[in-house]
Amino acid sequence: MEFFTLFILVLDATLRVATPLVLAALAGMFSERSGVVDIGLEGKMLGAAFAAAATAAVTGSAWIGLGAGIATGFALAMLHGLACITYRGDQIISGVAINILVSGLAPTLGIAWFARGGQTPTLVGDERFRAITLPFADAVKDVPILGQLYSELLSGHNILVYFALAAVPITAWILYRTRFGLRVRAVGENPAAVDTAGISVTWMRYRALMVTGFLCGVAGTYMSTAHNASFVRDMTAGKGYLALAALIFAKWRPVPVLLTCLLFGFLEAIEARLQGVEIPGIGAIPVQLIQALPYVLTVVLLAGFIGKAVAPKAIGVPYVKER
Amino acid sequence: MSLFGTPAAAPRWVSVGLIPLINLVLALIVSGLVVLAIGESPLQAMRLLVYGAFGYPEAIGFTLYYATNFIFTGLCVAMAFHCGLFNIGGEGQAYIGGLGVGLVCLFFDFLPFVLIVPLAIVGGALFGAAWSFIPGYLQAKRGSHTVITTIMFNYIAYSLMVYLMVNVLIRPGQMSPESRPFIDSATLPKIHEILRWMGFQAAASPLNLSFVWALICCALVYGFIWHTRWGYELRTVGQNQRAAIYGGISVSKNIVLAMVLSGALAGFVGLNEIMGVQHRILLNFVAGYGFVGIAVSLMGRNHPVGILLASLLFGALYQGGSELAFDMPKITREMVVVIQGLVILFAGALENMFRPQIEGFFRRRAEMAMAAAGAD
Repeated sequence: MEFFTLFILVLDATLRVATPLVLAALAGMFSERSGVVDIGLEGKMLGAAFAAAATAAVTGSAWIGLGAGIATGFALAMLHGLACITYRGDQIISGVAINILVSGLAPTLGIAWFARGGQTPTLVGDERFRAITLPFADAVKDVPILGQLYSELLSGHNILVYFALAAVPITAWILYRTRFGLRVRAVGENPAAVDTAGISVTWMRYRALMVTGFLCGVAGTYMSTAHNASFVRDMTAGKGYLALAALIFAKWRPVPVLLTCLLFGFLEAIEARLQGVEIPGIGAIPVQLIQALPYVLTVVLLAGFIGKAVAPKAIGVPYVKER
Repeated sequence: MSLFGTPAAAPRWVSVGLIPLINLVLALIVSGLVVLAIGESPLQAMRLLVYGAFGYPEAIGFTLYYATNFIFTGLCVAMAFHCGLFNIGGEGQAYIGGLGVGLVCLFFDFLPFVLIVPLAIVGGALFGAAWSFIPGYLQAKRGSHTVITTIMFNYIAYSLMVYLMVNVLIRPGQMSPESRPFIDSATLPKIHEILRWMGFQAAASPLNLSFVWALICCALVYGFIWHTRWGYELRTVGQNQRAAIYGGISVSKNIVLAMVLSGALAGFVGLNEIMGVQHRILLNFVAGYGFVGIAVSLMGRNHPVGILLASLLFGALYQGGSELAFDMPKITREMVVVIQGLVILFAGALENMFRPQIEGFFRRRAEMAMAAAGAD
């Protein structure tokens, strides 16, 4: 029983840690499936995290903060679009530029506005997204196993966690079952064919990037107003790159993205618990090894040793309409 | 003086001088707007920044000290660029390269200074190169994109260094994860010490002998890329892989070579930071210098001379930026990171925004001049 409780606690933490990864990886999926590489997930999340925390602190409402976070993610995605779609610039350089720009801009503005060394004021009460208790969670609490799973693991998260979980099937449905999704996938595989069909490649890619900006905005907002209670300098700490790794690891497909993010989240969740623990037969596992594991796994996958990650065909190539 | 039939081209100074300058001015204007938005005067900030970077003797030393790092990381990015590769892993390669330099200084310090220095150079190069070899090899043989693998290797480097510092290299009986200090003969002398020894007046700064090595590296890279067969092959692969194959040049060999040289150059950051300034191995000494290399290389148009100038510019921004943070409490060092990001944005991602118009303008002028000359 002791073990089961511990197990649920770790899974609970996994879910919370994986949420921004899921959102950011889905964001990257829209962009990359449309043929635009997005190294800038990190920057968009960081920008959104800052905007959301700053706005929530000033207005006193987490929801207005969410709006500001989404607007920031959206604006940065459009900047990426301007550089890579309209001006056919290098998509990787543009992403790097956005990451570096935001990592400088957020603390600069934070220090100037709040004078707390780049941090935003601590959010309290309605300035944060708070845990929601699902119906009957208290009633079934004492039911062994299933009741515990429901009340401890599924219930008691904030709304953005549930949004992230819901976003996975919605994304799958949009990508595979709607006209928009078909066209997004088509411009990523063969933009010339889409162009021939009379659909604007430019506009399709911009629309895909809009979704990317929106989801990155939610991911960033989650980090500063739900998972934590303020914006901290460099708080995304590589989460955007990890999401990118998850996206590649999942071979650009929605459900595997969820599973990969949960795996990466699980590694982060057990990392703290495994610190200094001797495992029989193996000995103590260095925490750093677990930290590096997602990156190592992604490299091994990219090297083609676990299946093959085949990227959308037209990824990274600006589309030039033939005249 | 162009040959008959060749299209008129914009003069060289436009693409090498004018366009980078316009990109820099644009980046500074946008940064000025940010300064304005946080309620300080951009002109006053600019004045303080320039004074902080060049206004007094120590400042110049600090500017050159920062520039040393940027030359190494800028050359690192440029070397890969010439082979058509984008190496974002300068950060991790510099980190591991610094480990190599540090290990030489720790374990070969029984040797005299003149032997330790070349050994440390080799150590930094080998370790940096080892860290970029794997992404290079995977790109060449398995087709895994270097951009993604080098990013992953940055994070693997962070974890590896934390593990090594905390568990292996830490000085016993000490809390902070640092190695024991190097002995004096295993460190690089500061430039001001050399100047004073020669009888000159010199202000103290962290600028050390690795700056000279950085200049030598610029010359070596120039010679390698434009005046050797290997450099020619490497550039051919970067320009057109199919032409390279047709010409009998091995693409995979050159990709690995470019990445290995690129990582070796990044590894030299350790000479400056570890052997020149910190005199012990410690965590996070790379502090984003690897990423600055991207801006430096873009700004310097992948040419060693351009990289040298761009490194001086970013060195000045870093040094002037810390001075600025001291005088204007609302502005911090991060302001320089904003400028850096904007330079990458304008000089790299948005390069097609102004370049066609500017080059077109000068091309038309050249055409008109040619037509006028023909009419005579």
